[in-house]
Parts: sequence; C-alpha cells; structure tokens
Amino acid sequence: MTTPSPEHYPQQAKQALSDPILKKALKGLQDRLGSGALAAYRNLPEGEGLRHLAHEIRKAHVRNIDVLLATLGRNIRSHGGNVFFARDAAAATDYVLNLARERGVRGVVKGKSMTSEEIGINAALEKDGISVTETDLGEFIIQLAGEHPSHIIAPAIHKTREDIGRLFEKTIGIPYTDDPPALTLAARKYLRTRFLEADMGITGCNLACAQTGQIALVSNEGNIRLSTTLPRIHVAIMGMERICATLDEQLLLLRLLCRGASAQKMGGYVSFIAGPRKDGFRDGPEEFHLIVLDNDRSRILADPVFREVLCCIRCGGCLNVCPVYARIGGHTYGYAYSGPIGAVITPLLTGIERSKHLYCGETLCGACKDICPVGIDLPRMLLALRNIHAEGSRRWNIRPNHLLESLAYGIWAQLMTRPKLYNAAIRLGHELSPLIQRLHLPGWTPQRAIPSLAKRRFTQSPMSQTSTGENRHGS
Amino acid sequence: MSRIVSVFVPCLMDAPHPETARSVVTVLRRIGVSVNIPKEQSCCGQPAYNNGYRREAARVARRFLKTFASARAIVCPSGSCVHMIRHEYPVLFANDAQWLRLAEEIGKRTFELTEFLVDVLQVTDVGACYPAKATYHDSCHLARGLGIRSQPRELLSNVRGLQWVEMKDSDRCCGFGGAFSIKYPEISTALCDDKIENIRNTGADTVIGCDMGCLMHIAARLATTGSPIHVRHIADILAHTGNAP
Ligand code: SF4
Repeated sequence: MTTPSPEHYPQQAKQALSDPILKKALKGLQDRLGSGALAAYRNLPEGEGLRHLAHEIRKAHVRNIDVLLATLGRNIRSHGGNVFFARDAAAATDYVLNLARERGVRGVVKGKSMTSEEIGINAALEKDGISVTETDLGEFIIQLAGEHPSHIIAPAIHKTREDIGRLFEKTIGIPYTDDPPALTLAARKYLRTRFLEADMGITGCNLACAQTGQIALVSNEGNIRLSTTLPRIHVAIMGMERICATLDEQLLLLRLLCRGASAQKMGGYVSFIAGPRKDGFRDGPEEFHLIVLDNDRSRILADPVFREVLCCIRCGGCLNVCPVYARIGGHTYGYAYSGPIGAVITPLLTGIERSKHLYCGETLCGACKDICPVGIDLPRMLLALRNIHAEGSRRWNIRPNHLLESLAYGIWAQLMTRPKLYNAAIRLGHELSPLIQRLHLPGWTPQRAIPSLAKRRFTQSPMSQTSTGENRHGS
Repeated sequence: MSRIVSVFVPCLMDAPHPETARSVVTVLRRIGVSVNIPKEQSCCGQPAYNNGYRREAARVARRFLKTFASARAIVCPSGSCVHMIRHEYPVLFANDAQWLRLAEEIGKRTFELTEFLVDVLQVTDVGACYPAKATYHDSCHLARGLGIRSQPRELLSNVRGLQWVEMKDSDRCCGFGGAFSIKYPEISTALCDDKIENIRNTGADTVIGCDMGCLMHIAARLATTGSPIHVRHIADILAHTGNAP
C-alpha cells in the first residue's frame, strides 16, 4: 500500500454503507467465521484457557524480542539463509530490489502477505520492470482489479462471482463464467505458468521460531508452498514481532491462529522453512532471504500502553466479529490493516492524528477482545489512542488541539460536580425539550428521535428520599 | 452481604427516565432491601473517559468515589457504569495511589442490578408479572465486559406472563457507543438497524435490556420508523406486578 489514507474514513464509510453487496458478503463471512472461531476455541482439547496461556507466551516473546530476533538471525544464517533487519519500508524494498537486479530476476510470484502490502513491494518491483503475480486466489483477483485487499485473510470478500467473471474475461481472456470452480480452474491454469517462470518467490511469515531458526507459513491453497519451492530465490518478509521462542510455542500459536482466522484446527498447508535447499535435496530454492521489518514497531515496543498490540499474530479474527467492520468494509480503514486491529496499529504506524477516525469510529463493544486468540485488549488501546488525541502525548509528539471539545467536557465536568448547576441544567433541558425535539440536531437526527427530559432527576425527587427514610428502619 | 444498599442511578436514567429509577427502588424494596440514594451523585465519568478526556473523567469519578465512599454495597442498573467503575477506574487512577485504593475497594462493592439480585442475594424471582412476548438484548459492557449473561435471563424467566424468545446475535452491539453515535451517525444507525432486524425477526413485541444507553438508542431508532415494538429496561419489567403493562 503506497499511500495510507485513513483520513478518508467518514466518506469511505458512507460509500460502503450504501453497498448492499458488501453488506451481504461481510454478513455471510461473519456468520461463518466469527461464531465458528469461538466454537473452535471451546473445542480445544486444552480448553479455552489455552488463550490465556497464549497471551502470556506472546507477552514474553515481545519482552524478549531483541534476544529472540538475534537468535533467529544466527540460526537462519547457520542454515545457509540470509537475514536482513530492515529499519523501514524503504530499506526493505531496496533490499528486495537490489537482490532482484543483481540476480537478474524478471518474474516474481507472491504468497499473500500483509507486511508486503505495508511496504508496497509490488509497486516498487513493477516500476523496475519486474512482473509480480499474486498467487493467493483472493489476492490474484484484487491484483487484476487494481485494488487493495479488504480483509486480512479474505482479501476479495467485497467482490461477487459475477464481478470476478467479468474481471477474468477482461484481464486473462477467458470466456465469461460466474461458476466458482470454473473461475478457480482458470486462475490455477494461469498461475501455473507464472509459478514455473518465476525467478523469485516473495511471501510473508506467519510466525518464526528462534530456537529452531525457521519460519512457518500457513495457507489453504498450496500456493505458498509453490512460491517457496519453485523459484530459485525465496524472500520472506516478517514484521519483527512475529517471533516465537520455542517450537512448542510456535505450534501452539499456529493452532490458535488457524482457529481464530478460519475456525480450522490447522490450515491445509503448513510449511516450515529454515533456509535454502540443502545439498542432496531436490526441492527448494537456491537462496533464502528473511527480511525482518521494524517500520516503527520499535516505537510501539517502547510504549508500555501499546506494546501489547505487538502480541498480534494477524489472524484477522477480530475483523470477523466487529460490527463496525461488517458495515464499512476493509477499504474504509485506508491501510493494509483493517478492522479493530487496523484501528489500533494504523494510527501507531502512520500517524495518530491523521488516523483519528479509526479509533474514534469504533463502538468499544469488546467483541474483538473476546475473539482474539491471544487475548489482546484492543478496546483499551482504542481508549488510550483517544486519550492521546484529546490530551496530547509527548512520546508520540501530539499536542492537544481540540479546544471546543475539551471546553465542552470541561463544562460537563463542572455540571457533574455541582448538583445545583446540574439540576438547573436539567430543568432548562426539560423546558426546552419540546423545542429541541422539533430541531434538527446534527449527528443525532434525522436518523433517530430525540428523547425528552423529566423536570427533575429521580435522585433529587422527594420520592427517592422517602424510600430511603422508610427503609432505613423498615427491614 | 448487606441488606442495605446505596443505589447509583446512571445519568442516562436519572433525568430522562426517572420512572425506571423508581422501578429499581421498587424491586429492591420488594425483596426487603433497604435503599439509600445519595443526593450528591451525578455520573461515573464514563462519557469523558470514553472520549479520551481523562482529566475531566477523573474529576467526576472522584466525586462518585467520595459520594459512595461509606456505602457498604452499591447497586447500579447499568452494565456500562459498573464496568467503568470496576475496570476503568483502576486505569484512570493508575498513577494516583490514594484514589486507586479507594477505587479498587469501591469497585469490589459495586454491583450491576441483576448481578446483585442473582449472585449476591441469590434471588431469581422477584414476584413480577409482565404479560408480553419479549426478547433480550445483551449490552456490550454487561455481557462481554462483566460476563453477565445468565443473571438477567434467570430473572426474566421467572416473570409471570412473560413469553420468552432469544434473538440472533443478542450480544451484538446496537451501535450506540456514546459520542460515537453522534460523531458517526450513519455507521451507528446502520448497526442499530441490524439489531432491530434481529429483534423484529423474533416476533417479540417488547425488547428488554439492562443498559439505558442501548435502550434509548434502539427506542429512538424504532420511533423514527414508527415501529410498535416496546423498549424496556429490565427494572421496569421486574417492578411490574399487575396485568397489562
Ligand atoms: S488482534 Fe487478535 S484477533 Fe485481531 S488479528 Fe491480531 S491476533 Fe487476530
């Protein structure tokens, strides 16, 4: 994703709200996956409590991230792989570009990776004349349409099969069909050639393991396995937080990842990759490169309030239950990451002020926290972001600049701490109720009727006091 | 546990719905609980807190803590206020040891109405009668924040005349979210419409909940569509003993 656009949230949201196809697609997705994930946790042999353990494990990973990354780097190098720690998106894309130039790469196949979306690698390679092909079916569709993914694991959820039929007819030249198996076959045929021609495969990394020096990749289509074994070079890009200490912990988290993402016990294909092809083996690439991306994650790590978000294993589960996401879709969030997790990390990665709609435009309903396989308290972080927005933060270099709003809350606090003033305000509100109800209150009406106020608060009425007196001696 | 309780009436109930606050007192008295209603009370501070204005929230929260400092038990007919007091005050006063201690103590003595009745007093039948076909909306802070799901259902299942039907996704947000509903009215009402669709599909004539915010929101949306569905706080159901509501 080249230019983040979280500031367009309100307009994008309105557009999405008027899209009945999107609504139906997301409802179907949530009905299937959201409740499915919760059931999948309940069916864990170790019980739901495994998620608490996972939470603690992830917190320890984040705490020891420096040591774990150093160990991972050492172990991957000892397996003959290369490791590059990229400070930011530019460093990561430059590394891939240079590698591609040096090795004469002409074609790249990609496995689905939000981190690669974050650094905008496709555009950079294409600018250099290198052809890039997304091989995850959903990502492939999105790429043909020239769009961005709208869901972490279901990138083309906003497209109907008719859309896809027309798109394939126009782009890969097959006769129109909206039959899903036929469309899948056509994509498969098209992609097979690209796989065989590609010199480089680029993938993400679901979780890496320091102890064993390997990365794990999960998919349901087998495309990632082809991307990592057929081309002569494999480049994997991981956010620096996607690291585990031990193999046992990595396996436990992969199990939770698949349950959270798609209510599966395990994805259809899981690859563990520790380096390039070994002598005497027939499969695998000649070169393996792992890029570990910081891109402002260190900044998040340094903040005790937000550090917890680095525990995220990007399962996308929170998107599958969020009622707001269900109605506004992924594109509204204006960045690679959408839904509740996007509402927290996009501001931290791209700017807290410019992303204010992301964390203000959520209801704090807590469904995301409820489904998270590693128990991240996203609502608490939305609140913390709102606090920075309201009161500023030296750490994040934000000044409080919402004079009117802070004035309003100041007045409100006055009222709430001065009963006489508060009572007078209620009386005034009561008198004005009929008038106010006829007014158009921007923000509330015309969608909703305006409730009226009683003349007196219950707590100030004689009735409330009588009941006290009577009962004190009563029972 | 104490049979004398102090009632904290949420600001969204105190002036807009005094009759519901009265119902809370009626129910408690009916089962023999003495009720004290401190006049100095106002709000828990949640509106400012949820919007990031923690200084103002803390001012109002301190007032709440002072007002209820000597109460042996505090009962509040709102999941979101109890959630604020129990789970957000510790965040709000994290750097203020003295207030933090008081907040934590009071947090332990503060109960949501149905939680107090069922878990503390072990009362599941308050002798109510309310002939209606009703469905129940799980509010977010109550159900997910406090884990209170069975208590209101137990109480409602013992209300005579009340016919019971569960709606789909009963714990899905109604889209209120305080200032969210004003800042993002289109998203907010879209969520409310999803909720209303699930309510309608049950064929119920009444929707019941434990949080005034959600109920006001659902009622305000229903009103613009001219729907005959009634929206009731659980206290109003439990207080009712007559025949027709
Ligand atoms: S926050 Fe939790 S639920 Fe959301 S993507 Fe990350 S791990 Fe999954």
